Amino acid sequence: MNTIAVIDYGMGNLHSVAKAIEHAPGNCKVIVTHAKNEILAADRVVLPGVGAMRDCIGEIKRLELDYIIQEVSKSKPFLGVCVGMQALMEYSAENNGVDCLNILPGHVELFDANMTNAQNERLKIPHMGWNKVTQNSSHPLWQGIPQDSRFYFVHSYYVRTNDNNHEAASTDYGVKFTSAVAHENIFAVQFHPEKSQHLGLKLYDNFIHWDGNR
Amino acid sequence: MGLAKRIIPCLDVDDGRVVKGVKFVNIRDAGNPIEIAQRYDEQGADELTFLDITASSDKRETMIHVVEEVAGKVFIPLTVGGGIRKVADIRKMLNAGADKVAINTAAVANPEFVKEAAEKFGSQCIVVAIDAKRVNAPSKALRWEIFTHGGRKETGIDAVQWAAKMVNYGAGELLVTSMDRDGTKSGFDNELNRSISDLVTVPVIASGGVGNLEHLVDGIKEGHCDAVLAASIFHFGEFTVGQAKKHMAARGIEMRID
Repeated sequence: MNTIAVIDYGMGNLHSVAKAIEHAPGNCKVIVTHAKNEILAADRVVLPGVGAMRDCIGEIKRLELDYIIQEVSKSKPFLGVCVGMQALMEYSAENNGVDCLNILPGHVELFDANMTNAQNERLKIPHMGWNKVTQNSSHPLWQGIPQDSRFYFVHSYYVRTNDNNHEAASTDYGVKFTSAVAHENIFAVQFHPEKSQHLGLKLYDNFIHWDGNR
Repeated sequence: MGLAKRIIPCLDVDDGRVVKGVKFVNIRDAGNPIEIAQRYDEQGADELTFLDITASSDKRETMIHVVEEVAGKVFIPLTVGGGIRKVADIRKMLNAGADKVAINTAAVANPEFVKEAAEKFGSQCIVVAIDAKRVNAPSKALRWEIFTHGGRKETGIDAVQWAAKMVNYGAGELLVTSMDRDGTKSGFDNELNRSISDLVTVPVIASGGVGNLEHLVDGIKEGHCDAVLAASIFHFGEFTVGQAKKHMAARGIEMRID
């Protein structure tokens, strides 16, 4: 049985992630858990997250999940979502600076308050709604998802990767930012596939069939 | 090209049924919330908002079941409002599958509640709903005040200043409803929406008064809003969400169209 552990560290709407994975075609068992043995035993791991970075990292450390995440992010198909993507970086500017899990090289910064679009309209923060995701390279998780498809975003901070080879997609919002990263068995997205209708479910479907190779 | 403007169908739910009234009278039954939510999802709705207008609090559990069922079938953002007064109410709705909660009366009664909620759950899931009515004296500058309890109770609070205060307190989005226009089908109060949207940093949803598709265009172009909310034009089959999106796109507004 294909078991997918959704890491539960008390932050945000984990159940919608679990429901979306369950809804994707394909036979799998989803467990929402912070039990180390269950995470280590799962075939695939999802790190979701909404909320503030300090609380997120604080809870991960309090539950002693940081080492577990470091371990499974090296060894099995691993998907980070939203704050779960940001948490993989070295540090975040949120909450006056937070050291993150340091799994991928890069950092997290706040959108500039004075950004405008091509029509010179001021851009609101959070970046909330459906924006285009431009895939930079082919990847099994993009299979069946057309180039420049729209996904649902809600965030005020964004990832700046230090390794351009890790950028799997970019999105424009006043600045061109990294909206997905891929490295070996890790894939992570800034948007919410579980709230992005058919194409979001397609991405989860791709994930539950992914062997962790490119 | 970038972020799309959003269309948000709104479902007023009374004891498990979708209803729609004109200025809170003539409430018409519009159907089963789960079926309606699925229909709007198929038509391309960008989000859905549920407002629980059930009068008696002992029937509020019904709303939780509605949210649970919708969240298992519809994979777009869901906002739930009506009767959100405590941290426990928010947690219940988020656990049921809501992505955001809309706080209205409780924010006016206790603004600190918004701060507490934003700190606990993150601003991204805290929508402050503002029901505003024009109160300006003749020949004076435009002014709006907020009303609570479904528009029945005046507060004397300036709506634009209140909007700015709620953003400072952690609201991640504002849902602005014109009590003058709600249910009239005469269009949004674009001056109200623009006054608020130009002032605050967060997204603003226009609500109250949509009667045709051009009103939706005006909500974006004249009201400077980031999203438009409508109920009755969709409930009774006048327009589909898809038609509304095509119309807005044809008028030069960036929309999510498959």
